[in-house]
Amino acid sequence: MIPIGAPDKTSWETRLMTPKVLFAASAMASLLLALPASAGQLTIGFSQIGSESGWRAAETSVSKQEAAKRQVNLKIADAQQKQENQIKAIRSFIAQNVDAIFLAPVVSTGWDSVLKEAKEAKIPVVLLDRDIDPSGKDLYLTAVTSDSVHEGEVAGEWLAKTVGSKACNIVELQGTVGASVAANRKKGFDTAIAKHANLKLVRSQTGDFTRAKGKEVMESFIKAEGGGKSICAVYAHNDDMMVGAIQAMKEAGLKPGKEILTVSIDAVPDIFKAMAAGEANATVELTPNMAGPALDAIAAFKDKGTVPPKWIQTESKLYTAADDPQKIYDSKKGLGY
Amino acid sequence: MTALLPRRGLAQILALIVILAVDRVVSPQFFDLRLQDGRLFGSLIDVLNRGTPVALLSLGMVLVIATRGIDLSVGAVMAICGAIAASLADGHGLPVVLAATLGAGLVCGLWNGFLVAVLGMQPIVATLILMVAGRGIAQLITEGRIVTFSSPDLVWLGNGSVLGLPVPIVIALGMLILTGAVVRGSALGLLIEATGGNARASELAGVGTRAMILAVYVWCGVCAALAGVIAAADIMGADANNAGLWLELDAILAVVIGGTSLFGGRFSLVLAVLGALIIQTMNTGILLSGYPPEFNLLVKAVVVLAVLLLQSPKFSGLAGIAARLRRTKA
Repeated sequence: MIPIGAPDKTSWETRLMTPKVLFAASAMASLLLALPASAGQLTIGFSQIGSESGWRAAETSVSKQEAAKRQVNLKIADAQQKQENQIKAIRSFIAQNVDAIFLAPVVSTGWDSVLKEAKEAKIPVVLLDRDIDPSGKDLYLTAVTSDSVHEGEVAGEWLAKTVGSKACNIVELQGTVGASVAANRKKGFDTAIAKHANLKLVRSQTGDFTRAKGKEVMESFIKAEGGGKSICAVYAHNDDMMVGAIQAMKEAGLKPGKEILTVSIDAVPDIFKAMAAGEANATVELTPNMAGPALDAIAAFKDKGTVPPKWIQTESKLYTAADDPQKIYDSKKGLGY
Repeated sequence: MTALLPRRGLAQILALIVILAVDRVVSPQFFDLRLQDGRLFGSLIDVLNRGTPVALLSLGMVLVIATRGIDLSVGAVMAICGAIAASLADGHGLPVVLAATLGAGLVCGLWNGFLVAVLGMQPIVATLILMVAGRGIAQLITEGRIVTFSSPDLVWLGNGSVLGLPVPIVIALGMLILTGAVVRGSALGLLIEATGGNARASELAGVGTRAMILAVYVWCGVCAALAGVIAAADIMGADANNAGLWLELDAILAVVIGGTSLFGGRFSLVLAVLGALIIQTMNTGILLSGYPPEFNLLVKAVVVLAVLLLQSPKFSGLAGIAARLRRTKA
């Protein structure tokens, strides 16, 4: 007979001991949970927000790939953009006594009680892509997120380097007014270009992160700036707006990527298509691979007890036309963007 | 009828002129026009071109509102039809794409009309169902991605030109003439107004009110479908999450600015389209002005309030009293 209290004892704490104990404990856990998994395999529950955007879909597929690479059994629960579904999913992961829980929180507040339950069950929680309210800092192991201020800086620095000492009028397509990502990407870019007196932000409007609005706003920028002749570069807070802006420039008889430099953020497949066609210059990646670093952190934590830092920052990689955009497009287009 | 139009539309025409004048002040090149690759190019063309989706929506919406109804689902129908168009575009010819999308819009309109006319649901609730479900359907069609296409025929619908005018403008103009010819060239418009004015009295007088209501929702669906195809053709892709988002509200606003009452009855197609142009002239002006985007919605709200006050009989009554008081004092 297995004692009733066994699930708690066989959780992650016990497994920090010798390999033999670890083997026995996980074998017992596997028995208890009747998992088809082998003894050493980790089982991780991932509460994903839902399919709110193409990036989100790509994150889900990359998470599956990364888990498969490390032979981790990843159980994904789709919350359909509802916090109550995420809380339900986390409770069910706790009941299944998984080894760790990944959470991509749909909102930043209201997680305290369910994360306390996870903590009491000694199941480490890793936040993916988004942070939660600071009051809950001790309730999760680490957060794997991108620094959106840094993304803006990378974009600004690329532009400064590319332009050199020439005078350059920049127009900016902002994300949705009030979105923290938009505010941060603006802040980072502003900081980067503030160091260069020759770079001047002449116009800035919101394109709501969409292609249609990006195109409409760019059309008005072109009219307002003498047919676009005085615009030297466009900075967009996401690639979708840039794709719209590129169309607007082409329709106005301008040559984006040549006469007007473009730099945007996200690295979605379609911007690589534009780059391959010579119509876009650079993009800063918001990597969909948040699960990879999270899985590595959990593995290190389980094996050696290494406590990761509270924040694992993902790389904001810059891609330009020199990076074989066609190849990247081919590799990214299947991810569900 | 035509003699009545100027007097009825005076407030709207005045509002449009004032907003155009303000646009000219914030952007000196506002009225500049030139040819670019055989296509007219300038802010005025942008206003007409960008105003097309809402103008098309308002053409359907004004008829629905005239029957004392409302259609909240038009934005979602746009998303559905855009998604269908983008999915079919690269494998099929334009006739197939248009038939499928307009057919889908027709079915959506039939669904709304069935709920309102046959089951007797309140229009705001009945169309709310498709407003919510429709976006989901569109997302299912696109699998949550932005579906892009390169079919030159469909792209032409969004970016091509006829005699220098962008195709969307020509389509909207064509739809205005067609709708006007059908409802004003026959007694149909009158029957629609009668249905909205007093459905029971009209029914007793022999008007087929159910058929009227069904017909206006179907037409509204078809107009929304066309708007959806144009929106997709414009960006060469279907964005199920954002296509037509909140445009139902702009369309209702356009109808109201055009002087048609939400309580049904008399309506004007031309003024509804003018309402859509007023909204777009303002939007384009805001974009050209260079003000921080945080002001966009505030400016829009103030202008809409001003336009509606201009039309309000009570308000002009108050203004008249104030003027008389001043005169008597002097």
